[in-house]
Amino acid sequence: MKAMVYRGPYKIRVEEKDIPTIEHPNDAIIRVTQAAICGSDLHLYHGMIPDTRVGTTFGHEFVGVVHEVGSSVEKLKVGDRVMVPFNIYCGSCFFCSRGLFSNCHNVNANATAVGGIYGYSHTAGGYDGGQSEFVRVPFADVGPSLIPEWMDEEDAVMLTDALPTGYFGAQLGDISQGDTVVVFGAGPVGLFAAKSAWLMGAGRVIVVDQLEYRLEKARTFAHAETYNFAEYKDIVVELKKATGYLGADVVIDAVGAEADGNFLQHVTAAKLKLQGGSPIALNWAIDAARKGGTVSVVGAYGPIFSAVKFGDAVNKGLTIRTNQCPVKRQWPRLFEHIQNGYLKPSDLVTHRIPLEHIAEGYHIFSAKLDGCIKPLVVPTAG
Amino acid sequence: MTYTANKPALPETIDQLRARIPGWGVDSDPKDRPSVPREQPGIETGAHWDFPERQPEKQPRERSIEHEFLTPVFGTSVPLKGLSGAMRKYAYKTYSEARAAHWLILVAADRVDAWESHLASLATARPDNPLTETGVRSEIPAHGLRSRRGSRADKNHQWMDPVLVAGPWLLAGGAVAVGLKALMSRWSKGRS
Repeated sequence: MKAMVYRGPYKIRVEEKDIPTIEHPNDAIIRVTQAAICGSDLHLYHGMIPDTRVGTTFGHEFVGVVHEVGSSVEKLKVGDRVMVPFNIYCGSCFFCSRGLFSNCHNVNANATAVGGIYGYSHTAGGYDGGQSEFVRVPFADVGPSLIPEWMDEEDAVMLTDALPTGYFGAQLGDISQGDTVVVFGAGPVGLFAAKSAWLMGAGRVIVVDQLEYRLEKARTFAHAETYNFAEYKDIVVELKKATGYLGADVVIDAVGAEADGNFLQHVTAAKLKLQGGSPIALNWAIDAARKGGTVSVVGAYGPIFSAVKFGDAVNKGLTIRTNQCPVKRQWPRLFEHIQNGYLKPSDLVTHRIPLEHIAEGYHIFSAKLDGCIKPLVVPTAG
Repeated sequence: MTYTANKPALPETIDQLRARIPGWGVDSDPKDRPSVPREQPGIETGAHWDFPERQPEKQPRERSIEHEFLTPVFGTSVPLKGLSGAMRKYAYKTYSEARAAHWLILVAADRVDAWESHLASLATARPDNPLTETGVRSEIPAHGLRSRRGSRADKNHQWMDPVLVAGPWLLAGGAVAVGLKALMSRWSKGRS
C-alpha cells in the first residue's frame, strides 16, 4: 500500500509499505477514504515531538471503510463506513471508564502522561496513522462509529479531531452567558472554538492571529472580532484596552508548540527544540485573562518543560484547564448542531491533495501558502 | 468599568447576538456540554472486557518505567534500530518521564535517526531526495513565490533556516577536519 512516511524534520515522502495486519483480537483494518493534515501534525513534521521515528506514517484524522476485523470485534463488519476518533483507547481502564478517553492507560507503552494517538510518534504509543491507504485501528468496538447516512464524508473527517477539539476548548473555558472570550490562533481548532463559544452563550468573541486570510475567516466563518498581533507592539495591552482594562473572562490557546511573536522563545522552542513548545500563546493567554478568569489550552505541546509564566497564573487566581479532547463524547451533540445548521465543519476545507503529493501538501500547510486552512489527503486505493 | 464593580458593556445585546449568530446560546447550560462533568463514572464505551486481552510481544518493546508492565495494546510502527535505537532504549530503561534527560536523549536520538536513515537510504534503490521531500515543488502552483514577499507563516524566520539546517553539517565537518588534522599531526610526529 502507499503511505506517507516521515524522513526527518521537514522531509516526507510516499512509500510502499505492507498493509497492516490484525495484531490484537479487537483490531480492525480500515481502508482510508479521506484523511486530513492537522496543525499538530506540523509539530511532528518540524521535529518538535520527541521519539518521532523515521519511517512513521502520520495522520490522526481519517475516515474509511472496514477492510478486515479481528476475532473479538462485535460491532463492525467488513464494508462499514466509519469515522475514527484520533484517540486510541481501551474503554475499560480507570480513565476510560470515567469518560477520559484521551487519557487511556492501556494503549501507550511509551508514556503515561498521554494516551494513544494515531500517527503521533512513539510519545503517543508508536501507532501508524491514516495518511495512507490502510490503517490498523485498535479497539474497533470502542473507538470508531458508523458515519451517519446523512453526513457528508468531509464533515465526518473534520469530526475526528478539529471540530470536537475546538468545541472542547470552549467547554474547558467554562463559558457563562455574556462572557468575553479571546481565542489565540485562527487555524481550524481556533475557528471552531470561536464558533463554539457563541453556542455556549459568549457575549463577545475575539480571535488573535498574524495571518490576514485566517483572520478574515475568523470574521466570516466564526463571526468574531479579530486582532493581527503582528500589527501591534504589544497584543496583551491591546486586548486589555479592548476589554476595558479588565481582561477576558475566558482565553483559549489554540496555537500550541510553535507559536510566533517572541524571537527568543520561538528559536529555543520551535527551532532548537529545547522547550516542549514555544509558550508565547500560553503566556499571552495568562496575561490577557482577567483575574479569576479561565485559560483553556487545547494547542498541542510536547512533554519537555516550557518557560511558562506560572507565577502570574497563580497570582491572578486563574483556572487553567487542559486535555486532549475525548472526541467520541462530543459526537452526539455535534451531530445535532450539524443537523440544525449551526455548524458546517467542511466549510474550513481549502485543499484536497492526492496522497502521492502529500509532501507538497505539508509544505503548503506549514508555510500557510495559497490561503490554506485545512488540507485533506485523498488516498486512491479502490 | 474595571475600577468599579461593573463589567464593561458588551458591544451587542444578547438579543442582537441571538439574531446574528446561528445557534447562539443553545449550549448556554453547562449540562448540555458533552464533557460536563469532566468525569462520568460508569460511562458506556462499548468495551466487553474488564482487562483487554494482551497483544503478543513479537519483539522486545520499550516502555516507560512509569508503567507497571507493557500495556496490553501497543503500536508497532517503527521498532528500535541502530545507534538511535540504542539511545532510545537507554532513555526508556533509565529515566522516567519526569526526568529531562529522558526527553532530551529521545530528541537527540531523533536527530541521529534522521542522519542514520539518510545515510542508509544512499545504499538503496531510492535514496532520500532532500529537495522533493520538503514539498518545495508546491511553491509555484500555490502562489509560493508571491507569498515570499507577502504573508506566509515562515517568512520571519527564513533567514535563520539555512543557518539551522547547514549549521550541524558545518559543525560536524569542522569536527571531522579537526580530528583528521590531529591524527595527521600524530602520524607525522611518529614518523619523525
